[in-house]
Amino acid sequence: IGHPEIFPLVFTTKTQEIFNCRVLEDVTEENCFKLIKKEDIIQDLKTRAAISDFHPVKKVVLEYPGEELLVVFDANFQYGQNFYLVASEEAKENLLKPPETTEDKDEEKEEENGEATMEVHPYKPPVPKPWVSLGSEKEVEEESVKDTVAKIKYRISRERRKFGAPITFTDRNASHAKDSYIECTSYQDKAFSIKMLEKNVGIQMVPKVREASTQTKWSYPKNAATQYFPRQLTNEEREESLSSEKLKEFFTSVHLRMEIALQQNEIMNAFFDDWKALAEDESSSGGKPDVYLKAYQSFTDLHYLKDRTISCVCWHPTIYGIIAVSARQQLFYEEQVNLPGKSVLQQSVILFLSFSDPIHPQLMLECPEDIYCFQFSPSDPNIIVAGCINGQVVLWDISQHEENLQNAKTDADGVKTSAIDTVNASVPKVLQYNCMSGTEPPLVRFRAISATQYSHKKTVTDIHWLPDHPEASQTGATFENKGGVRVQLVTCSPDGSILFWDVPATKLSEQPSSEKIREEEMFDMPLNVPDTLNHLDLCWKPLIKINLCESDTNTEYSPVRISLRELHYHYKTSEKMQSLNTAEVPAKQSPYREMSTSSSKNMKAPQNVSASFFLGTEDGEIVYSDWKMEIESDVAKTVSQKYTIHTETVNTLQRSPFFKDIILSIGGQNFAIWKEGVTTGPILQLSCSAGTYTAGQWSLTRPGVFFIGRDDGNIDIWDLLKKTYEPSHFQNISKSMITFISACIASPEQHFLAVSDDLGVLHVLEICQTLHDASRNE
Amino acid sequence: AEVEETLKRIQAHKGVMATMVINAEGIPVRTTLDNSTTVQYAGLLHQLTVKARSTVRDLDPQNDLTFLRIRSKKHEIMIAPDKEYLLIVIQNPCE
Repeated sequence: IGHPEIFPLVFTTKTQEIFNCRVLEDVTEENCFKLIKKEDIIQDLKTRAAISDFHPVKKVVLEYPGEELLVVFDANFQYGQNFYLVASEEAKENLLKPPETTEDKDEEKEEENGEATMEVHPYKPPVPKPWVSLGSEKEVEEESVKDTVAKIKYRISRERRKFGAPITFTDRNASHAKDSYIECTSYQDKAFSIKMLEKNVGIQMVPKVREASTQTKWSYPKNAATQYFPRQLTNEEREESLSSEKLKEFFTSVHLRMEIALQQNEIMNAFFDDWKALAEDESSSGGKPDVYLKAYQSFTDLHYLKDRTISCVCWHPTIYGIIAVSARQQLFYEEQVNLPGKSVLQQSVILFLSFSDPIHPQLMLECPEDIYCFQFSPSDPNIIVAGCINGQVVLWDISQHEENLQNAKTDADGVKTSAIDTVNASVPKVLQYNCMSGTEPPLVRFRAISATQYSHKKTVTDIHWLPDHPEASQTGATFENKGGVRVQLVTCSPDGSILFWDVPATKLSEQPSSEKIREEEMFDMPLNVPDTLNHLDLCWKPLIKINLCESDTNTEYSPVRISLRELHYHYKTSEKMQSLNTAEVPAKQSPYREMSTSSSKNMKAPQNVSASFFLGTEDGEIVYSDWKMEIESDVAKTVSQKYTIHTETVNTLQRSPFFKDIILSIGGQNFAIWKEGVTTGPILQLSCSAGTYTAGQWSLTRPGVFFIGRDDGNIDIWDLLKKTYEPSHFQNISKSMITFISACIASPEQHFLAVSDDLGVLHVLEICQTLHDASRNE
Repeated sequence: AEVEETLKRIQAHKGVMATMVINAEGIPVRTTLDNSTTVQYAGLLHQLTVKARSTVRDLDPQNDLTFLRIRSKKHEIMIAPDKEYLLIVIQNPCE
């Protein structure tokens, strides 16, 4: 209400009675003041405590300085209650007095109502009081600007007359004059530097991530190969279908067509190219000057073949370019008789010569005696058998050196340079040889040699491997040889016997398993001879011995050549040996029988085997005979026919490679062609006027061609299709007598003819195309 | 019986090297050759016959294959097809 001294009070009737301020009795509107003694109030307060009306203002009453308190009846409830207490003396006084004075005025009434608040004072101008500092002087002082330094005063004066005078201005560069200006440049204060002692650096490790991608070519699995087996009907199904009706119908409908077609083919070959066939005939008939034998190579060996004559030449059956040559001494007439007892001055060898190395032999086979004839085994080219002058049969195995022979070409170049020196140096030393450098060919000692008492008494003149199927046994019965390995030999000799030899199978099977190491075999060190085959040395016995006797005169034949019938496989060339010259053996003159053996084709029953063979004898007779064994004895009984054709010893007896029953025989001054079964005589007989024939060979590819060697060193080429009365072509090969001819087919283009002569030179000739390409219907 | 006779007669012709009877699926029923060769021939020739027949019929649907002859350098193969079977004869024509 704004009157701090006014306290509204509520007087209850009781209180009014106590203090005598009953409404409308003691106090009225006009007389609204009542003075109550303080002591009374206090006593009231004590007696009536909380319910006393003066309780709210108890404190005011107690603090009232005066003795009497003024209570004013408020009829208008100005202050909210019907009574109010005035708390201050001054206000009491004011109320008591002024109301009496201002009752008359309305303004005074209003002021009575607002009695405690404002009193109307007469206006008094504010009296200046002393400044009361409240602390603001400091701030003022701080903020005020004061001169710290006393300002300097300058006074500049100039003479008055200089003012306003004309003056000229010029430019002046400040940098030109020294000290015209002063500047203060910035410089690095050395004294002042901030040294960074520690620095906080934040580091974060971030893995370097790089995106990469690859793609592999994934190929889905596919079948690389499949294996299946064909469907086949079972036997029952097969039989069932065979007997079915459908099959019958099928056949009835089909067979006619088929037969027509078959007959058409039989009648005529619709696709025959006449034009082409015509061309071939043309080419074969013409071209005469092209027929020749081109000299390919000639071999001679200074060491072994000097002054010797080549007795036999054989091509290696499997390795190209290897040819084996056996040499023996040249013998004159007188020496012929004493042949068996002749001592050998020089080591006799069989030389293996290679095309790639014409000077050096590749291999040498040691022989105890001079060799007359030798053969490669058709089933195993590493086995060589030979017949010696003294009647023995020798066998070699060169399987160890087979590799060397095959590699002969590669070695040849390295060897050639030093060849000549070593050959000369080794002349005094016959049997020395080097292992690895290959300057001297390795010497192979023989594996087996026949026992002298069982061998021939005279020279073994012909040696053949038997065809493998019928094998002669000890008892003479022939039986099959299932192994296919040729294990039997037949030899013949002028002593009138034919011997069958058996090379045991164990020996042959052992040989391939022998190690292929080069063995140094020296002749004077027989320790190195392999032990496996020692048992055959000098005790090799023939299986069967056939003595050729004529039935009536009971004298012996002396077969020089034997030709047996071959069943299958390749044909061996019969060896053409140097004949024993024209000298006849005086003691053995008698008519001989021919015998020709042919193994029977029936392999199942040995009983049916009949052996028939051709024999060429020393006296120039051809004997054709059958040979049947008797069980008890070794001696054969023969049925034979004999023909005397040749004037001299038969030196060649060979079957044609194309026709099994055609045989060429050469001896002396004529040659003849025989056919088996034709018993009247040769189907062709020819003689040449000049010179004698000394060697012959059928051509391997042309059935009508054969080669004949003469004693003047010429080779005659006979082509039976062209001329039958004279050689179609002849060519001179060497100065001396031709001793042996052997042909070989090295490749479809290269056909060779090896010709050996009396001087120890081996000529290898290439047969030209026309001579070895067979024409159509030959 | 008759089948055998006919077969024998065919085989007796000059130059005939082999005879075979194949069923519709290419499985040999009767043959004079060894098994592996027969199976090989059967498989190959059967397919060839099917192809030839389809060729002929494609060209003219009214037509059908009656006989097939294959002449090679070495011999001639003759095939007589039918509904269910195939008769194959290999002959060496003489020249």
